[in-house]
Amino acid sequence: MKITVCIGSSCHIKGSRQVVEQLQYLIAEKNLGDKIELGGTFCMGKCQKGVCVTINDEFYSVTPETVDEFFNTNVLAKVKQC
Amino acid sequence: MKKFDTKVQYLKYKVLREVARHAWNDTLIEKVLDIPKTIVPGKTSTMRCCVYKERAILAERVKMAMGGDKENKNVIQVIDIACDECPAAGYEVTDSCRGCLAHRCEDVCKRGAISFDHNHVAHIDKSKCVECGMCAKVCPFSAIINRKRPCQLACKVKAISINEDNAASIDDSKCIQCGACVYQCPFGAITDRSYILDVIDLIKKSNHNQKYKVYVLVAPSISSQFSYAKLGQVITGLKELGFFTVIEAALGADMVAMKESKELAEKGFLTSSCCPAFVQFVKQQFPKLLEYVSHNLSPMAMLAKYIKDNDSNAKVVFIGPCTAKKAEAQLDSVKDYVDAVLTFEELQAMFDSKDIDITTLGEDVLDNASYFGRIFARSGGLTDAVKQALSEQNIDFNVNPVVCDGIEQCKIALLKKSKNVLDANFIEGMACIGGCIGGAGCLTHGEKSKTDVDKYGHEAYEKTIGDAISLLK
Repeated sequence: MKITVCIGSSCHIKGSRQVVEQLQYLIAEKNLGDKIELGGTFCMGKCQKGVCVTINDEFYSVTPETVDEFFNTNVLAKVKQC
Repeated sequence: MKKFDTKVQYLKYKVLREVARHAWNDTLIEKVLDIPKTIVPGKTSTMRCCVYKERAILAERVKMAMGGDKENKNVIQVIDIACDECPAAGYEVTDSCRGCLAHRCEDVCKRGAISFDHNHVAHIDKSKCVECGMCAKVCPFSAIINRKRPCQLACKVKAISINEDNAASIDDSKCIQCGACVYQCPFGAITDRSYILDVIDLIKKSNHNQKYKVYVLVAPSISSQFSYAKLGQVITGLKELGFFTVIEAALGADMVAMKESKELAEKGFLTSSCCPAFVQFVKQQFPKLLEYVSHNLSPMAMLAKYIKDNDSNAKVVFIGPCTAKKAEAQLDSVKDYVDAVLTFEELQAMFDSKDIDITTLGEDVLDNASYFGRIFARSGGLTDAVKQALSEQNIDFNVNPVVCDGIEQCKIALLKKSKNVLDANFIEGMACIGGCIGGAGCLTHGEKSKTDVDKYGHEAYEKTIGDAISLLK
C-alpha cells in the first residue's frame, strides 16, 4: 500500500509534517513498515482540502487532529484487505 | 514602484517581454523582425546616434532573448555593435592639473613615470606606469583619473580584454558567468543568453500540466525582489503563467546544509559548492583545490533531483538572481535535473508578456524550507546553516569558517589555501558581493536586500533544518 502526503507549501503550513510524523509513528507502532510505503509529493492540485493524502491514488483530506482517525478507519482497514 | 536599477535592464526587459509575448501567441516567427521597431518607433533616436543603429542593436538583443549565439558556449556574450569602445587608457592626467609646486604625484611614483612640461603640468610615461594608482590618490586636485572600461573594472577574474576592433571580448577560459559585466556595462553591450523561449515551450507543451508537470523552484533571494508587490502575489503569478507548483529552492539548501556539514566533518576541510561561479573559478584557477570543493550538488540541483526521483513526469525550471546558474544547468552532472533557468529580470518580462499585473492578484503561499535554508541567499548564511546542521546532527566538529563575500575574497582565501597558509577549515565561496542578493539577474539591488532575506528567513514555518527536511525521507 502506498500512502502519499502532500508536502507542498499550502499543505505544509496546514501541518503536513505533523501528519507525516504521526503516520510514521503509527506505522512503526503497528509494525506495518513492510506493508506501507510512505512518500511525499509537492502538490495534488487540491490545496483547499489540505493536508492532501492519497492511499493508492484515492484522495483523503487529513489534518493533524484527524490523522489517528484516518489511520484507524482507512489505513488499517485497507491494509487488512491486502 | 521601482522595477529596475538601470535603464539598460529596462531595455533588456522590453525585448524579453516582446519576444515572450509573441512566443505565447505563436507569432514569433512572423513578427520577430518587427520587434526592434516596436521598441524604437519613429525617426528620432533616444539612445544612440540614429534609430537605425538602435534597431540594429535591438535585433542583436532579440537574438540573445531567443537564446543567443548557439555556437558560442558561454551564456555571457558580447553584443559587439553595442560596445561603445569606452576609453581604456588607464591612469591619465586631466586638465585639472594646476601645475603645483608640491609634485606629490612625482614623489609617490616608485617607477619614475611622472614628468612635467614647461607649464609644470604632470605627464605619465605609459611605458613605465604600472597602474598602481598612487599618484591619483595623493593629488590634492583629483587631477589624475583612471580611465578603465566599466566591464573590465567589474570583471574581477580578468576575463575581459579589448579586441582588434576596440570592442570588449570575453576570454571563455577565464569567465565564471557571474554576470558582473552584464550588470555594470553602461551600454548594455554584454548580456546573458535567455532561455525564456524554452520555458514558454515547456509550459505550452505540458498542456496545462496534463502531459507532464512543470515545477518551478524559486531562489530565496526572491524575498528582496518584486518589492512593489507581495511575495504571495508573485507565487500566484507563477501559477497563472502555467507552472504546476512553486517550491522554495531553499529546501534544497536545507538538504545541502545537512550533507555538507557531514562531509566537512569527515574530510576536515571543505569549500562550499552552492555558487556555480565560485566552483567554476576553482576549476579554472585552482584546479588542485577542486578535491576540496563539496561533492554535493547545489541546492537547485539537489532539489530538482529529488523532484525528478519522485515524479518521473516532472520538468523543473529554476528562477533566481544568477546568470551562472544558466551555465550550471548545462553541466553533465546537472542537466538531467534542471530543464531551464530564468532570472528575476526574465520573470518580470514573463509576467508582463501575459499582461499579468501581480499587484492585483490574491496571495498564495510559499513555505517549504527552514530559516537556515532561506538565508543561503545572503553572504554568511550558508556558514550559519552548516554550523546549525552540525549541531542538529550532534556532530562534534569545530568549524573555523572564512566567509568570502565576492570573488575577490574567494581568490584570496583560495590562494592562501593553495599555499597552505589559510587559517580556516571551511570556505564559503560566493562570487557576488552580498551573496546571491547581489546577483546580476536581480531586478534591484540595495542595502535593504539582506534585511529582507533575514525577515523572510524568520517567517519560515519550520525553524530547524531537520524539521524542514524530515518530510523528504
